[in-house]
Amino acid sequence: MTVDLERTISVTVNGVPREATVPVRRLLSDALRHELGLTGTHVGCEHGVCGSCTVLVEGVPVRSCLMLAVQVDGQSVTTVEGLSRSNHQGGQVLHPVQESFRECHALQCGFCTPGLLTTIAAGLDARRAAGRDTVEITAEEVDELVGGNLCRCTGYANIKKACRHAAETMRAETMRAAAAR
Amino acid sequence: MKPAPFGYADPTTVEEALDVLSSEGEGAKVLAGGQSLLPLLSMRLAAPTTLVDINRLPGLDFIEAGRDGVRVGALVRHAALLASVEAAGVQPLLTRATANVAHPAIRNRGTTVGSIVHADPSGEMTSVLALTDGSVTVATPGGPTTIGWREFFVGPLETSVHGPAVVLDAFFPALPARSGTAFAEVARRKGDYAVCGAGVVVTVDDDLRITAARAAYLSVGLVPEVHDLTEAVAGRTVDSADWAAAGALARGLVDPDGDLHASADYRRLLVATLTERTLADAGAEAVRRALEAS
Repeated sequence: MTVDLERTISVTVNGVPREATVPVRRLLSDALRHELGLTGTHVGCEHGVCGSCTVLVEGVPVRSCLMLAVQVDGQSVTTVEGLSRSNHQGGQVLHPVQESFRECHALQCGFCTPGLLTTIAAGLDARRAAGRDTVEITAEEVDELVGGNLCRCTGYANIKKACRHAAETMRAETMRAAAAR
Repeated sequence: MKPAPFGYADPTTVEEALDVLSSEGEGAKVLAGGQSLLPLLSMRLAAPTTLVDINRLPGLDFIEAGRDGVRVGALVRHAALLASVEAAGVQPLLTRATANVAHPAIRNRGTTVGSIVHADPSGEMTSVLALTDGSVTVATPGGPTTIGWREFFVGPLETSVHGPAVVLDAFFPALPARSGTAFAEVARRKGDYAVCGAGVVVTVDDDLRITAARAAYLSVGLVPEVHDLTEAVAGRTVDSADWAAAGALARGLVDPDGDLHASADYRRLLVATLTERTLADAGAEAVRRALEAS
């Protein structure tokens, strides 16, 4: 069993296979920003409290400051840069949560935004995967979605509004798709 | 806010893990979910020479809910335990307490066993292990051993396990018949460490009279404590029980410290209030379960 000080890792980031050689103490948050050049992930408190650095590992929200880069070797990571989807015409469309943040003015300084977007997007996508997206989102669900992320500007009112707006958009999408079938 | 340099190994068998822990000596530390360990490293409150990452060990991501209790493997994330209907059916305290562990993103990565091994007296699962009279299974070079919670918790962030060892699972005995549970905490922010918390179990007899009331607290002592509050309510029905008297009894039994966020007196007040509230809920549940079973 070898004990390493440095490792080369292979990670699928936002659908793209990437490789990086990192000191084993490198936090995932720093590897994303420094080694891979993806500065959408913001580093706030660096001890798991603020939630700004939240990314999806294998589709599940985690704090990237509380994982080592070497731990995602062989896994997939989605950052805020990977939330938008192809519009199948050579362009990109924003995730409903991103669209709703713009619509509802859910950010001011923008520092906490990447963490909120990844967390809420994963939460709403999980709701859809579980077949619960046709049910109206509850206030408790919204609180649980945003409760792990600190925002010092907005007072959360518009962030919660954006959550509900995004959930409603996704609900309408699903209903339309069901009606079309 | 960056960890000091360390070496990293990610063994794929328990034997390999014990080997590398043995050869790296005192400075080696096991890494599971890392949701408590990584902040300590980043704040340089801990500086292990080697991290032994157990995330690639096979066979440790299991929840076994049997008649006797629930066994939780070392790689079970809080989120998985929270979602386990089987575990909740055997020992409802597991779900009730886990719902209070930090935020969803932390629960997705942190492990139940890891938070027990971290031995933080403000941790939810340390108290639940104590209240349910649970134990842990530890792999050592001499073979696996079982350690009960009283022996396991030695002090804040300190357990009785020294030398090369990997905790493989935690065992939480089942909730006894005609019993109910409740769990509540007070924190300054949603998902933050509890200023004070309480988990309780109440048991009634066939005549629905209280035979036992026990409580464990968070953030009030150096190690998890379980207090027997039966004498304040024994023989009473749930509706006539003086839960406030049980709260007052508990208040006299604990000896919390004060800190920046709460004085010792305020913590004692919270112990009384949370005890009264949770016991009433647990008592009502005990009666419901007793009536369902009869």
